[in-house]
Amino acid sequence: MNICHHPNEELLLDYASGALGEGWSLAIATHLALCPACRRMVDGLEALGGGLLMDTAPGPVSDHLLDSVLARIDKMPENDLAPTPAPASAASSATGPVPVLPQPLRGYVGGDAAELQWQRLGLGAYQIQIPTEGERVTARLLRIPAGRPVPQHSHRGMELTLVLTGAFSDTTGDYGRGDFQEADEDLEHRPHAAPGEDCICLAVTDAPLRFSGGLMRMIQPLLGI
Amino acid sequence: MNSAETGSDPADRLNSLIVAVGRDRDRAAFQALFTHFAPRLKSFMQGQRTDPGLAEEIVQETMVNVWRKAGQFDPAKASAGTWVFTIARNMRIDLLRKASRPEPDMNDPALVPEPDPPVAELISQEQEAARLRKAFASLPEDQQKVLRLVFFEDKTHAQVSEGLGIPLGTVKSRIRLALKRIRSEVGERE
Repeated sequence: MNICHHPNEELLLDYASGALGEGWSLAIATHLALCPACRRMVDGLEALGGGLLMDTAPGPVSDHLLDSVLARIDKMPENDLAPTPAPASAASSATGPVPVLPQPLRGYVGGDAAELQWQRLGLGAYQIQIPTEGERVTARLLRIPAGRPVPQHSHRGMELTLVLTGAFSDTTGDYGRGDFQEADEDLEHRPHAAPGEDCICLAVTDAPLRFSGGLMRMIQPLLGI
Repeated sequence: MNSAETGSDPADRLNSLIVAVGRDRDRAAFQALFTHFAPRLKSFMQGQRTDPGLAEEIVQETMVNVWRKAGQFDPAKASAGTWVFTIARNMRIDLLRKASRPEPDMNDPALVPEPDPPVAELISQEQEAARLRKAFASLPEDQQKVLRLVFFEDKTHAQVSEGLGIPLGTVKSRIRLALKRIRSEVGERE
């Protein structure tokens, strides 16, 4: 698998610093599971954060803070302590089918793609809504039937799309498993799922899509997208 | 930054302290970690926030979690400073936004591993961290300033732009230039 489309580095920075909200972070974290190169960049940015912390001038801390912390750790039950991680060989020796949905996404939706109760959207498409923090941001899994287009639309805000299986194309290129698209107000597109396999992707957006066709605009409220 | 602190010895000392807490539940080692990190975490988390109470709450939760998670610390994967930074960052998200932070699971069968032993593993985490700090120090002051705001104050670019009273486009181009420099230290994407 070769990932051609990565999140831009500013998104990786906001993920590493902790500024990025939960819905957007879910898209980044799931891309990271599939992309060692972006994991390396996030590790580097975290190391930069660590360096900034080490170089920070010490500030005044209340006298009682150490006592409060010591009191809490003295009361901490043994089984509250995080266990030492298992050696990496234990994980790599596990064989079995590779899940379509990597972590952390699989945990958010409660299972792998085939185990989910998909909600019909019409036109052969299905969705799973994913609850995340932040009122304006919605995250959902979309399943677009193989070989079919998504109606032409533009965006009122930002939309992040991560392909998990199958593929889609639009004027900006071809997107397969692990590829990441960031769309904003400037992109009007008509993504087309590649033939052969349904395209499942994670889509995170902070505003409803703006469909160009009158019919889609009429039924949009019913679809809830 | 004191030049004596940039050598590998203080970093090794912090690593051994965390290992001692994880392995032996060494209370004295923990107090030494508190002495080093709590005042730095306090400044780091306070940033320009006016509420020192909240900053101390984050410091407290972070140090309690340093105790709780010390057994998982692996000096081959992250330096002491980076490890403590990630705990503090997660505590800040937890306390300020009441949200969790989605992260990949390194043991997930769907995780795509590094294709080859990455170049980064050939050098120690301390060397890697020192290299990034050096790269950061070589950035122009205006680029350092926006990156500091992003890390210290958990700010998005739009908020940094508002806070500094400079256009969003300028903030973005400074961040992009700075990240380009950081990227060259981390290694290119294929």
